[in-house]
Amino acid sequence: MAGVWLIPLLPLASALLLILSTGKMPRQLVALLGAGSVGLAAICVALLARDFLADGEVRQLTLWTWLAVGEFTPRIAFYIDGLTVVMMSVITGVGFLIHLYSIEFMWDDESICRYFAYMNLFVAAMLVLVMADNLLLLYLGWEGVGLCSYLLVGFWYRDPANGRAARKAFIVTRVGDTAMALGLFLLFTELGTLDIQPMLVAANSHWQVGDSLPILATALLLGGAVGKSAQLPLHTWLPDAMAGPTPVSALIHAATMVTAGVYLIARTFGLFLLAPPTQEAVAWIGLLTLLLAAFAALAQSDIKRILAYSTISQIGYMFLALGVGAYASGIFHLVTHAFFKALLFLAAGAVIHCLHHEHNIFRMGGLRTRLPVIFWSFLIGSAALAALPFTSGFYSKDAILLSAWEIPGIGPWLWAGGLLGAMLTGIYSFRLVFVVFFGSAHTEPDRQPGWKMATPLIVLCVLSLLGGLLVLPLSGVFPPAAHPAASHAVEYISIGTPLLGLLLAYLLFLGRQLSIDTLADGPLGRGLSDLWLKGWRIDQLYDAVWVRPYLGLSHWWRNEPVDRIYNALVSLCQWAHHRLCALQTGQLRWYATSMVFGLVLLVAIMLRNAT
Amino acid sequence: MSGLQIPMEHVLALAGLLFSCGLMGLMLRRNIIFMLMSLEVMLNAVALAFVAAGAQWGQADGQIIFLLILSVAAAEVAVGLGLVLQIQRRFKTLDMDQARRLRG
Repeated sequence: MAGVWLIPLLPLASALLLILSTGKMPRQLVALLGAGSVGLAAICVALLARDFLADGEVRQLTLWTWLAVGEFTPRIAFYIDGLTVVMMSVITGVGFLIHLYSIEFMWDDESICRYFAYMNLFVAAMLVLVMADNLLLLYLGWEGVGLCSYLLVGFWYRDPANGRAARKAFIVTRVGDTAMALGLFLLFTELGTLDIQPMLVAANSHWQVGDSLPILATALLLGGAVGKSAQLPLHTWLPDAMAGPTPVSALIHAATMVTAGVYLIARTFGLFLLAPPTQEAVAWIGLLTLLLAAFAALAQSDIKRILAYSTISQIGYMFLALGVGAYASGIFHLVTHAFFKALLFLAAGAVIHCLHHEHNIFRMGGLRTRLPVIFWSFLIGSAALAALPFTSGFYSKDAILLSAWEIPGIGPWLWAGGLLGAMLTGIYSFRLVFVVFFGSAHTEPDRQPGWKMATPLIVLCVLSLLGGLLVLPLSGVFPPAAHPAASHAVEYISIGTPLLGLLLAYLLFLGRQLSIDTLADGPLGRGLSDLWLKGWRIDQLYDAVWVRPYLGLSHWWRNEPVDRIYNALVSLCQWAHHRLCALQTGQLRWYATSMVFGLVLLVAIMLRNAT
Repeated sequence: MSGLQIPMEHVLALAGLLFSCGLMGLMLRRNIIFMLMSLEVMLNAVALAFVAAGAQWGQADGQIIFLLILSVAAAEVAVGLGLVLQIQRRFKTLDMDQARRLRG
């Protein structure tokens, strides 16, 4: 298909138009332009995907040379293989549904034009990220999505807390981005190119498995991926990023942007194969993150923060998959996660929308009969999140766990950890469902979702249920994974664990056979739930280790110790000036007298010298 | 040398006395007019010394300098009295202890 370049251009052009209109465009036109451009891009992607599925040919398209400095000639070029097609479909498809939903959600907001401009810019940047043929163009998209994330988290900028959350998201991801930039420098100096495919070939011929350079390069790339994908230790920005409008959380902080790190590792997997220690680190980071985030999600009471921690946790699964070499499973989970997490966020947004901006789940309750569409969406989304059998999440998560089991040595540990995470996922996702939709009502909804909200929910419901049946065209991209040969017992345990989580959640939050209060009332229970509520106090830790020393240092430097020397000279002069000023009394007689005495003194000295 | 012979020492002593009187007046008087007058006295004391010295050595230089001093004194008085008028207008006083705006 010739018009591939149209795909990122459409949302970009729409974003530019919306920005240039400076908010004077009528709402209807803003909505049409904002959602329509992404819809058109989605249609283009669908046509491209059809062509791609028909011939399976990798498409390369060079638009122009970006800049040429000696050997360094990055191009504006696109590289489209199965992985790119999958990512593009998710971005534009899920993106379009979220844009459609946003029309109703943001209709009453005065800056709806600004909102759609940022959202379209985000889609364009994300498309550039996944379509890029070289790492520099990828980095452009990477920074573009970071910028849009900042703008959208701080969208309601009149509340200073939102601005703080936006800055936090920007600064924390910046730490990772710096590592990634260093990684790019290293790759370019060592391999002489940033074009991804030639680079992977060059890496294979230059480096042996286990050399220190690929380990260093991949570790730096991993730093970038960890920052963008909100993995340990740079995950702290994501729960705060929920300050933005809910569709933003759905699009950026669940479905697409945070998966950029996963995409980066999958795209450069050839490098990671040369660096087994980094590869193993990826798996451990994923496992640790998915467990810590799942525990933290258990104790939250803000509906969006629960979903935020579950996002961190699910991306942990994707990292686990990448770490054990099950790239296709990781991307598969990325896709299904995009479906059900977008669904959950949109449903949560609808709940918040209908309950006049109520975020606390304990002030909801009993919404099952009052908001039936949202209830079923939430139920299906939670089932897929918890990986109940035959939902989309089940297929992808199961594939990851089985691949983890296959790894010799550490495999069973990773598998067991992932399984524990799966059980926790079952508990926290159904805790959410039971608390919000069952029990007695605390807040009455004042409206019902309209068709622009309901349609995306229903489409995503279908995708969340049936997404597991998709066959992604990834066979030509990744090395074929060994077919899992795990025993049936392992499979049954994998299937049963989420159900156990569901049962526990039922007993704790709906049937009340087990009392959550007695569990949480003991000193241990209270301490743990407090610890989890604050996200393992990692924010406080960073505050103490980085933020406060930095602020202290900057306060100290604000007094500029080096300048003290020069300031001392200045104050010496000033002091002398004040002393000498006292001589200038303005008294004419005093001056005359001084002159006389001076003269007398001079004459006396001269006379003494003369004799 | 003809005419009244006054010893050089006497003349110089008188000049010194006059000079000291003027100096004392300059340092002690607060009125600007009196200060100017004291200055005149000092100038004339110096001029007297020059005349005496010129007479002593029979040179015309002493009298030339005297004429110079005379004209300088006249110019000085002209400028000085103009300033005095301004001071009077601006400060409504001639007391120099009051007019001390140049205090640092």
